[in-house]
Formats: sequence, structure tokens, C-alpha cells
Amino acid sequence: MADNLLEIRDLAVEFGTDIGTTHALREVSFDVLRGKVTAIVGESGSGKSVTANCIMRLIQPPGRITGGKIHFSPNDAPAYDIAALPNKDPRLLDLRGGSVSMVFQEPMTALSPVYTVGNQVAEAILCHRNVSKEEAFEEAADMLRRVGIDNVDRRIQQYPFEFSGGMRQRVVIAMALVCHPQLLICDEPTTALDVTIQAEILTLIRDLQKDLKNSVLFITHDLGVVAQMADQVVVMYQGRVLEVGSVRQVLKTPVHPYTRGLLAAIPGLATKGARLATIASVVGDADLTTPHPLMTLADGRQVSLSSAQLADLELTDD
Amino acid sequence: MRAYVIKRVFGMIPTLILISGLIFIVIQLPPGDIVTSTLDRMQSQGLEVSTEAVANLRAQYNLDQPLLIQYVRWIGGFLVGDMGYSYLFTRPVSELVWERLGYTLMITVSSLIFTWAIAIPAGIYSAVRQYSFGDYLITTIMLVGLATPSFLLALMAMYAGYEFFGISIGGLFSPEYRDAPWSFGRLLDFLSHLWIPMVVLGLGGTASTMRILRANLLDELSKPYVVTARAKGVKPMKLLFKYPLRIAINPFISTIGLLMPALISGEAIVSIVLGLPTIGPALIQALIAQDMYLAGSFLMLLAVLTVLGMLLSDLLLAWADPRIRYE
Ligand SMILES: Nc1ncnc2c1ncn2[C@@H]1O[C@H](COP(=O)(O)OP(=O)(O)O)[C@@H](O)[C@H]1O
Ligand SMILES: [Mg+2]
Repeated sequence: MADNLLEIRDLAVEFGTDIGTTHALREVSFDVLRGKVTAIVGESGSGKSVTANCIMRLIQPPGRITGGKIHFSPNDAPAYDIAALPNKDPRLLDLRGGSVSMVFQEPMTALSPVYTVGNQVAEAILCHRNVSKEEAFEEAADMLRRVGIDNVDRRIQQYPFEFSGGMRQRVVIAMALVCHPQLLICDEPTTALDVTIQAEILTLIRDLQKDLKNSVLFITHDLGVVAQMADQVVVMYQGRVLEVGSVRQVLKTPVHPYTRGLLAAIPGLATKGARLATIASVVGDADLTTPHPLMTLADGRQVSLSSAQLADLELTDD
Repeated sequence: MRAYVIKRVFGMIPTLILISGLIFIVIQLPPGDIVTSTLDRMQSQGLEVSTEAVANLRAQYNLDQPLLIQYVRWIGGFLVGDMGYSYLFTRPVSELVWERLGYTLMITVSSLIFTWAIAIPAGIYSAVRQYSFGDYLITTIMLVGLATPSFLLALMAMYAGYEFFGISIGGLFSPEYRDAPWSFGRLLDFLSHLWIPMVVLGLGGTASTMRILRANLLDELSKPYVVTARAKGVKPMKLLFKYPLRIAINPFISTIGLLMPALISGEAIVSIVLGLPTIGPALIQALIAQDMYLAGSFLMLLAVLTVLGMLLSDLLLAWADPRIRYE
């Protein structure tokens, strides 16, 4: 079994709009490690959600995958390229909610208001396994208990609007995990929640990952959350990958000027009372718009820099 | 839920009392009454009318009583099924009303089914395949349909029926069945006449229904809960029906109650063109002739049907949407 559950290579996505084509992703390459938490971090609009949606093939017109591979090596089946699956391929329905599932940013709107929570969680099981409705509801109830919902027998009959935001996100997490996916994608799962509840949900995701030993692709714009959650980090900016490495590498000794900028802008790490650095002030006149290929450094991390910057790097390294 | 139903049912009573009062006032508004229009008619024919006869006539129609008494008598009779006497048709109003109401309901319901049978699939297709050739084609046809007045459509249908099928389209029955008692043959004859008003009236609402459904569905299709369901692996057809469509039809449920008055006013002109024995033409005649009992009864029945329709749509909506049920 390969170490990497997913190997994404040169992924490109375009959106055709009235005013022209937006290149939402260009040459995106990174791996999702089996049984580990990989984080994608980047500012809003950097292409994090589009990347996640590509993995589940949820990109809808006018968006289109225009190039690249998403090489998926499931634990129990031959590997295949998700990006190349035809729209009618049965593996696609299998993949969605079966071997890969997703937790979305907005728990308030991620569930249909007209079906009970039980119905929507059990549906995930009924879509993928040949079990009776009763069994599906049993399992749904078990999973709801596991994500920390009390009074499950009563709650399972209730509608989403009878749940608070944090509770709804727990329901969505239960729905995503109920088929024991190999990869759980969390797209900013706590951004829409109160700060106190954010921590609870993060702990829950981390604990469940340790229990179920699934891989997690965790999307966030918050480096503090990355430090808490991730094993591996992918830094994205304007539809490109700028830096990939272990949490220690990326957070302790960032190489790319943009990553340094991100880190400098975190309140906790700056000197008390001092003005926060803006990303622009740290990045300085470093050119972020000209693309450079990802180069692998000696310590295994990958970074997208010009040859001049790379040369500088080797000098300062010594 | 039960409390909600009880609240809604009892809430109808004051509404209906208010409407009946308004209808009574509106009917009284034009100068003159049945007696003066009868007098006009008789005098124009050169007949002498004694003041005594006039007074008798007034008494017969309760016109010599104060307005409030007239109202109470009218509405009281209404409650026990006595709707007064139509001077225009020289028959008890109740006989006239039930017969015409029956035909009206049949035509209304069948044209509604026709509308939905066309508009819903077309709307779904147009939304799911937004900006496709099919979407533009459907939209174009629908806009032509929307711009064609229904009486013109009725005339065209009559012409086509006569020219190509050799049948005269007017009315709901062929002459030999018009006054016959109900039989299988009469039913077939009725159905063979029903489709023209059904299509003519149904097409009018098809375009707008389809456009509304298309817009609603497009709104819902981009909602996060649809993406969640897709990400869960729900098959595309099931996904469409269970998630976005289920919510996109709610606004239709809430307009069921308004369909009745809309269709009746749309129906009047078409019915005059097609010579149908429905409420619309009779209501217009009654209003022109100031046949107060007849006009009042029609209006009151329409009001009752509308209020019942609103009740029905509210209850359906509460059944369909838990957010309303639990308020
Ligand atoms: N539905 C869409 N239509 C057009 N462009 C889109 C659409 N979705 C995403 N994009 C483009 O992709 C870019 C990245 O979006 P996204 O992945 O959602 O960013 P984020 O990193 O905040 O999740 C956006 O800046 C936008 O240009
Ligand atoms: Mg996003």
C-alpha cells in the first residue's frame, strides 16, 4: 500500500465567466498522507475549497478541471485517477460519501431544513451499503452519540433548525464519518462557529481521527489551527501551492516569503503591544505573481521560488 | 400541529364575515336596484307601472327594509342554502349556482392539472440544463404562450376544431346531450368538449408557473445542503427530487388558494367565447343586470372557496415544511 492516499499533480481548474476565464487552480501538486492530517492553509480565494471540491469531483459548470491528476490509492481497491473518472462512472458515487467525505464551512445551511437529522445521517449509509432502514438508523444513532450529541433517541427525530450551530456541525461530522471514509475533508469547519465551540469541534475531529485512523485534509486560513491539527502543511496563494512541508518545517522555519508573512501576522507570535505586521510588509517586494515550479529542498520540503531566491536560500542555510 | 389547524380554521370566521359585509356593500353601491332596472325595462316597453306594484316588488325583494336587516336576511338565508331568487334567470339562485360551480370547478381543476403537467417538467428541465438550447427553446415557447391572450387562443381552438375535426367546440356538450340526464355517452361527450377549455385556460398559467419553478429551483440548486447531499453520494435523480425540488415547490403550495379567483377571472372571457355554462359569464351578466342575489351569491361562494383554498395551502405547507409546523 502506497504511503500517500492521494497524490495530486499539476491540478488545474478554470471557471468560465462572462468577463473571461478565471484560473482558480494552476499546477497544484501535493500529497495527502495516509492516516495523517494534512492541512491546506491560505487566505480567502486562494483555491482551498476548489481543491477540496476537485477531490470529490464536485466542481460544477462553469468550473472545469482542465488538467492534472488526482491519483487515489484506496486501502481496499485498485488505485485510479479521480480527475479522469467519467461523470457516469459508478466509482464516483462510491467515492462521494463512501471513501471520501466532506464537512463544510456552514453548518447552518449544510443540512436540508425539511428532513430530520436521522433521515439525513442514515441516508449516507443507505447510499453506500445494503442495509435495512432500521439498521441504518441504528448506526446513525451510534455515530451521533460518538460525536457528542446527547439524547440521541429524541434528537434523531428532530429537524436541523432545532440544533445550535455547534450541534449541527457535529451532525454534519457524524454524517461524514458514518460510512468510515478513508479521507475526511474538512473545509474550514469552525470558521462559522463561536470561538468556544471552535475548540470543541477541533478536538472532536482530532480525537475521531486518532480513533478511526482515517486521513484528514483540513482546510483553514488560521495557522494557529494548523499548529493544533496538522502533521503536514500545504500553503496556497492565488490558486498555487507555495510551500509544502511538515508542520515543524513550515511553522518553525518557513522558507517562502509569503509563509513568513502569514506567520508574522499571527497576533500570538508577535511582540505584545507592537503593531501586527501585514503580510505585504513582510513579503516586501518579493514577487508573488510570477509562478515558479515547486522545488524539493534537501530536508524534503517543497517550495515555489525563483532560482535567485533559491540561491539566496542555500547561502543563508550554511 | 393540532393547535395550528384549530387556530387557522377558526381564523376563517371573522375573515368570511368581513368579506360578506364588503360584498353586500359593493353590490348595493351602484345607483338603483333590481326594481328600478325592472321598471326601466317595463317603461321602455311602454308599460304603465303603478306605485303599488313597485312597492310590492320592493317588499318582495326586502328592499324596503333597512340595509342591516337586508344583510342579515341575505347571509342568514345563505347559511341554510337559500340564496334568494334570480330575477335574471327566473330560477332560485341555489340551483343556478351549484350547477355552474360544478362545471367551473371541473374546468379549473383540469386546467390546473394540465398546467402543472407541462410546467413542472419544463421548469425542472430548464433549471437543471440552464442556458442549454432546450432551456432557450422552452423559454421562447413559454413566452409566446404568455403573450397570447387566452380569448385569442380560444378563438383559434374553435376555428381549428371546426376546420380540422369538423366539430363545433362551443359549450360543454353537443346539442343532443345538452339537456339529457347524465349517462356514459354524455360523460364521453363532456370529456371531448372539456379538453379545449382545459388547454386554453391551462396554457395561460403554464408559462408563469414554469418560470417561477425554474427560478426557485435555480436558487435551491446552489444551496449548500444540495452540495452536502451530492457529497454524500446521493444519486443525481434522487438528489434532485428529494432536496432542491422538494423546497422549490413550496411557493406553489402557498398559491393554491389564490388560483381559484385568478382562474375564475381568466375563465370569464374564455367562457364567453366558448359559450361555457360556468360562473364567469353568469357573474358578469348578473352584475350588469344588478341581479343582486345572484351576483352576491357568486361572489360569496368565490370568497368561501378562496378562503378554503388558503386554508388548504396553509395546512399543506405546514405539512410540507417543518419550519412552519413548529413555529
Ligand atoms: N463558482 C465559481 N465561479 C467562478 N469562480 C469561482 C467559483 N468558485 C471559485 N471560483 C474562483 O476560484 C477561486 C478560489 O476559490 P475558493 O477555492 O473558494 O477559495 P478559498 O481558498 O477561499 O476556499 C476564487 O477566487 C474564484 O476566482
Ligand atoms: Mg473556501
